[in-house]
Amino acid sequence: MNKKERVDLAKWSILYAKKIGSNEVSITISKTNKIEIEVRNKKIDKLVESTQNSLNLSLYVDNRFSSHYTNNLKKEHLKNFIEKAYLMTKHLNTDPYRSLPDPELYKNQKKIDIKINDGSYKSIEYKKKVKIARDIEKSAMNQNKKIISVTSSFYNSHEELVKVQSNGFSGEKESTIFSCSAEVTVKDADRGKPEDWSSANARFFKDLPDPELIGKSAADRALRKIGQCKIKTGIYDMVVENRVANKMIYALYLPIKAKSIQQKNSFLENKINKKIASEKLTIIDDPFVIKGLGSRLFDSEGISSKKRTIVDRGILKSIYVDDYYGKKLKMKPTTDSFSNIVLEKGTKSIEDMIKSIKKGMIITEFLGGNSNSLTGDFSFGIVGLYIEHGQVIKPVNEMNITGNLETLWKHLYDVGNDPYIYSSYMTPSLHFKEINFSGVN
Amino acid sequence: MGNMKLSNLLSLFKVDKNLINKTMSIALEKGGDYCDLYFQNKTANYISLEDKSVNKAHTNIDFGVGIRVIKGDQTGYSFTEEISPKLMKSAAQTAANIANGTKKIPPFELKIHKVPDYYPIKTQWEHVNIEQKIPILKIINEKIFSLDKRVIKSNIMFMDESNYILIASSDGRISFDFQPMTTIAASCTAEQNGKKEQNSFSISGREDINFFTSSILERLAKETVSRTVKLFDAIKSKPGEMEIVMASGSSGILLHEAIGHGMEADFNRKKISIFSDKINKQVAEKIVSIVDDGIVLHMRGSINIDDENIDTEKTFLVKNGILKSYLHDRISSKHFKVKPTGNGRRQSFRYAPIPRMRNTYMLPGPHKKDEIIKSVKQGLYTESFSNGQVLIGAGDFTFYVKSGFLIENGKLTYPVKDINIIGNGPDVLSKVVMVADDLKMAEGAWTCGKDGQNVPVSMGLPTIKVSSITVGGLR
Repeated sequence: MNKKERVDLAKWSILYAKKIGSNEVSITISKTNKIEIEVRNKKIDKLVESTQNSLNLSLYVDNRFSSHYTNNLKKEHLKNFIEKAYLMTKHLNTDPYRSLPDPELYKNQKKIDIKINDGSYKSIEYKKKVKIARDIEKSAMNQNKKIISVTSSFYNSHEELVKVQSNGFSGEKESTIFSCSAEVTVKDADRGKPEDWSSANARFFKDLPDPELIGKSAADRALRKIGQCKIKTGIYDMVVENRVANKMIYALYLPIKAKSIQQKNSFLENKINKKIASEKLTIIDDPFVIKGLGSRLFDSEGISSKKRTIVDRGILKSIYVDDYYGKKLKMKPTTDSFSNIVLEKGTKSIEDMIKSIKKGMIITEFLGGNSNSLTGDFSFGIVGLYIEHGQVIKPVNEMNITGNLETLWKHLYDVGNDPYIYSSYMTPSLHFKEINFSGVN
Repeated sequence: MGNMKLSNLLSLFKVDKNLINKTMSIALEKGGDYCDLYFQNKTANYISLEDKSVNKAHTNIDFGVGIRVIKGDQTGYSFTEEISPKLMKSAAQTAANIANGTKKIPPFELKIHKVPDYYPIKTQWEHVNIEQKIPILKIINEKIFSLDKRVIKSNIMFMDESNYILIASSDGRISFDFQPMTTIAASCTAEQNGKKEQNSFSISGREDINFFTSSILERLAKETVSRTVKLFDAIKSKPGEMEIVMASGSSGILLHEAIGHGMEADFNRKKISIFSDKINKQVAEKIVSIVDDGIVLHMRGSINIDDENIDTEKTFLVKNGILKSYLHDRISSKHFKVKPTGNGRRQSFRYAPIPRMRNTYMLPGPHKKDEIIKSVKQGLYTESFSNGQVLIGAGDFTFYVKSGFLIENGKLTYPVKDINIIGNGPDVLSKVVMVADDLKMAEGAWTCGKDGQNVPVSMGLPTIKVSSITVGGLR
């Protein structure tokens, strides 16, 4: 099915759903091609190739709402699928806030090329992809004899999506993702087999880093864990490495959504225009980052994307308002989800941050844990490196950090100059003061 | 599975044995050792209540066939969502590419392999309409609000799922299964003197609508409310190492994270698990026996047959303190030259199966719950959990405690909430020093994630004491 056929099928589905009694309809149809190659012991360990289709249908029947998914795009199936969906919807309670977004919100879609589709993806030979995975493995294996296992991988996907809504929205999106990674396990004579990884994701094939660097970085990271142990319980400085700092931002994802606020499940209720973090924190939601992994011109409801300041020097300026909860809260919708998270960067490198620390920890990995969106309480398992007087002393594991998100963000002391480029969370390294670590008594 | 026959499944997927046989020969034409075809048709329905109104429904329909070829330890995989001879052939050719020979497999006969029924139900979910489900949500919602005046919001979700699978494998087996599943999950927010708290509770199993009796609905409401309002008095524990007593039931998350994942045989085949060299060694006190059991009636993690046509069973991970068996899929059982254990599972036809847990629990021991609590001078009693994680090689694992109590001088005193616990698998296993006789299985909607695949599981534990573990807390 090509793009035009997808648009035609979406329009046909809308007409059919309206014909049988729906007032408003939204249809999204997508097709994704994927290839995944995993290499171990110089052999291809796993090869997966696939094409996946999907159709998402949202129905509005007299202020009743339901959504449905199928991967069978044949018209004879879709007829039955839409009819069943309609019948189901008719039994739900009415809700005055259930309707498609105001078409005004579809307008002024920015006309720029955000470069999320690498047109060359088809011409990249299978052999080349396998070679990347093999080169990553080779580079990692070469680093040290203590390495007992390396798994490397190459992945790419190509997605074509069309979205049509019965009150005037029509949009298309074509995008690619390329990834490569290494997972390395090393032998620690006294305690287990520490593991670590390195990976990169990019919209364009040529933006993937040198395979050798991926392999070496994963190996170095695993090797430096040898001898890891927990240290004394106490209050320390904490530097969260850029590639895992998304965990701290993600803890805000639920509380910062209109749904949580309307459902009385957010510690950020009534906090707009109030201080929620130290002045060092400025968060921008930027859907227009060129080649950004979260870049988009419209969101999942068809609403035109806008660049927005979420937190400005510690003050909460904007929350994520989708159409439904916007109507419930009488707030203008912004968007339903994160696009690219961009933090205003500081001037220091992570090395400079470390140098400034008397006693502290670099967090290189989070392990489990959770946070409570209503109270802000959190507790996370961590793996990292212990620092004294600006020097890395030893690898650390099996410890927890515990606290409250409000206090945590007020204790943000500095932001690094090193935004992580391989994720839609483009977080720099973050330096926090006075964090409760639990370890040895 | 009632009166379901192979012919029903073949016609559901519009295939016959001939086409299956032909596709398998194509899959194996490049020299693969083994192949399987996994046909799936799954329908899941969700309805939810919010602000006292059942105002949202969702359905999810998945249909397709996954084709896998194994060569040694290597896997080739592809799937098609349109089941036609042409597209099955193309998927089989893609999967075949993992091998690069010309070996010809002689035609073989597929024989029906009958499976037992560990989740017999009376009414299939396809025959239950939405009008029967809506009142259930309303009943629970009314109960939640009537139980405590401090409740200000409640959310309830009802899910049911019908999963039909047909598996043909090149060892000559063809089998089919019908896997039902249902969940009701409720959460509420309560407010007291301007302070709010929220918590949730769920009940899930391979059951039908008759499972939701009025007493189950009553309990869903009561648990949701009591777990929430209890948090008003909760404090943080002190940080650091301490004795913990884990309540019977969902505390089985300890086993899932501390030993279960580490015993999945793919990690051990690759020698990257901390348990890789510990089979037949003493890893725990003699009172500790741990099983992963695929055949507990109606449990979330139970399966009549695994997703690569192997019968399921009750597998001992640890018997009287000795590490006994990994959890195997076909690749690993061949690698280790042992009998398969029926742990090959997958999220859907889009994924190749890998070793996964089913229902993991510890067998009852000699102690009594009260004597265990009494034996602790200062420690923590953990009751409900939200999530966990493990590092397979290092053995570090965590689980997040939503609620529990402090133990002071042998008594439960203040409630505690929102703390992470972190330990090291083999170390913590060796520190299980007391095991009670009160084994209870978790009843919530536990889902395990691995390699991007989610599968339903369950777990269980009698009350146990761990002599030292690191607890997240505040000074």
